[in-house]
Amino acid sequence: MYLDKKYEDFRKKIREFSEKEIEPAAHKIDESAEFPYDNIKKIAELGLLGMVVPPEYGGSGIDTLKYVLVVEELSRVCGSTGITVAAHNSLAICPIFLFGNEEQKKKYIPPLAKGEKLGAFGLTEPEAGSDAGGTKTTAVLDGENYVVNGSKCFITSASVAETFVITAVTDKTKGTKGISSLILEKGMKGFSVGKKENKMGLRGSDTATLHFEELKVPKENLLGKEGEGFKQFLITLDGGRVSIGAMALGIAQGAFDQAMKFSRTRIQFEKPLIEFQAIQFKLADMATQIEAARHLIYHAAFLEDKGEKYVKESAMAKLFASEVARYVCYQAIQIFGGYGYSREYPVERYLRDVKLCEIGEGTSEIQRLVIFRELMR
Amino acid sequence: MDFELSEDQKMIKEAAREFASEKLAPRAQEFDEKEEIPKELYKELADLGYMGMLMPEEYGGSGLDFISYILVMEEFSKTCAALEISLSVHNSLISDAIFKYGTEVQKKKYLPKLTRGEFIGAYSLTEPEAGTDAGSLKTTAILKSDHYIINGTKTFVTNGGIADLFMLFTLTKPEAKSKGISCLLVEKGLKGFNIGAKEKKMGIRGSDTRELSFEDCQVPKENILGEENKGFNIALSLLDSGRIGVGAQSVGIAQSALDESLKYSKERVQFGQPICNFQAIQFKLANMATQIEAARLLVYRAAWLRQNNVRCTKEASMAKLFASEIANFVVNEAVQIHGGYGYMKEYAVERYFRDARVTEIYEGTSEAQRIVISRNLLK
Repeated sequence: MYLDKKYEDFRKKIREFSEKEIEPAAHKIDESAEFPYDNIKKIAELGLLGMVVPPEYGGSGIDTLKYVLVVEELSRVCGSTGITVAAHNSLAICPIFLFGNEEQKKKYIPPLAKGEKLGAFGLTEPEAGSDAGGTKTTAVLDGENYVVNGSKCFITSASVAETFVITAVTDKTKGTKGISSLILEKGMKGFSVGKKENKMGLRGSDTATLHFEELKVPKENLLGKEGEGFKQFLITLDGGRVSIGAMALGIAQGAFDQAMKFSRTRIQFEKPLIEFQAIQFKLADMATQIEAARHLIYHAAFLEDKGEKYVKESAMAKLFASEVARYVCYQAIQIFGGYGYSREYPVERYLRDVKLCEIGEGTSEIQRLVIFRELMR
Repeated sequence: MDFELSEDQKMIKEAAREFASEKLAPRAQEFDEKEEIPKELYKELADLGYMGMLMPEEYGGSGLDFISYILVMEEFSKTCAALEISLSVHNSLISDAIFKYGTEVQKKKYLPKLTRGEFIGAYSLTEPEAGTDAGSLKTTAILKSDHYIINGTKTFVTNGGIADLFMLFTLTKPEAKSKGISCLLVEKGLKGFNIGAKEKKMGIRGSDTRELSFEDCQVPKENILGEENKGFNIALSLLDSGRIGVGAQSVGIAQSALDESLKYSKERVQFGQPICNFQAIQFKLANMATQIEAARLLVYRAAWLRQNNVRCTKEASMAKLFASEIANFVVNEAVQIHGGYGYMKEYAVERYFRDARVTEIYEGTSEAQRIVISRNLLK
């Protein structure tokens, strides 16, 4: 895809920043499963924690295509940082910005956009994964407060976030139309965060459970109207998918770049690997797949920026990019041989990190359901 | 080829399954997290004959046929692939090599110790600059009166940190390249022989992988295994067994990933029903099972040829190539069926995903297998 110079210049800037400031810590945060506070601080300073909201809310108000480039470039060097930034922007800020009233937006968005606080989105529950409509957490209105009971799992940034958007059932009789969204703040009585999950990859990203026990949330923290939660999170996830697709794309590009470099320098049978046709064809296939994924992602971003419907396109982009990315990371390890299996080389981490892209924000199976549903319209 | 296992083979398989479920399954996750398999376990394995599976009784072995050995390896891999590779190296590479190529003195000296688990064995061919291109070794062993003086570095040595005896491939006649390679038996603790830090790997973390370095290390001349400068032939002759072993490992990992997926898909309810009711999941399971079945038959077929002393280089490569590729396909689908849970270390499929990745790399990458297969086809 031919990008305008302003986008290429922007990418260049973000790439330089990522390689200089983010990449050096990537290995360490994976090994120690530490949250990359320093990385996030530097990213906040660049205004990249409020990419999707305009300056009046403390954001940088860049378009979706630029946002995608940021997530892509960060993920190219560190998937954990990429997903943290993507979740904060797409899942925490976006729903407040899209569905919040003016008061909520003014209160919650600026600290998030400026990076003073991190945000998280609580949708998934132990029994409600792909079947997100099967939410069991309840919020019962009692005077001025909703009383929330239940739990959420696999919540990105759960133990580092201070502002949360969660879904809960406010009317059990209405099925998915009885789900509503609430804004929670860290420290509310009855709101606790469970222990950090021990994951295959993205080990620097923080994932934990949320627990609500007789948690009282002021009724003005309702996002939009009662019963709109299901519709809201579907819209939120359309945007989220593009960002996970961008993350997959970035990881794939990172793995590919490493594989190119290695195959130029690694000598076997007295010549660089890159001179063997078996390796050349692998690299050609990898590059072609990445290119196709990139087009799908940028196209979905382009549609979002134009304000057009992009449900099918965002699902296709996420599905395709995440499958391609796993294939590319897998092949990158193959090109590295034994070194690729060692945690001393980054491609090992890339494969563990990228696997999440086929699971998070809707598994590949869910993407296929969404795509099919759109085809049948 | 007979598709029916003998009564003995069935019993051996069943015993291995029991041992794995009692002794390995409860601890496999711990071995992975701690990146270590405790040495006591090897003692226990030795008491049950698993440290001398292919060795005859006169050397303390249990004298299993090759198919039985492969069945044990498959069973162990279902619960702990890290232990399997450690045992595979010990049994099918080092013990078998000493048995085939060793002098009577060497056999008497080493085999009983290996079969009793007093010694753990390691096999060391790969070097930093000699991976797939195994013929371009740089480590040298120069004969000086009664000793070989060894200098050089070896990498990715399985059992490196726990082994007592190393089978080391080095150049005794550097100018002759692959025709100047010899195999030396090197004991741990020799002066000038250093064992590096444990490699941090994606998977099979319980297995101990190290770098070895030699600096003017002296090894007595009588420690040469087989003839001088014929070491590369020894290395090649062991590859068939090693590859069939990795094939069995791949099948074992894949089978377990399928079993876990079947169990999970029956229990996990989404959209008001178990996910095994959805055709998308059913077809995944059907594909996984079909691929595993094909891989298992290729592995057994190669094992049968090997047992009957029929040349099986092509078949061993095909079995290893196919089984390792499908194992990676299967573990990926297994994680996918588990969804978010599959990405968490609490679920075994997370480990299987990481463990399976190496099967396409060691004992010859898939690329090396394709080279071997095409070379045999084009003969």
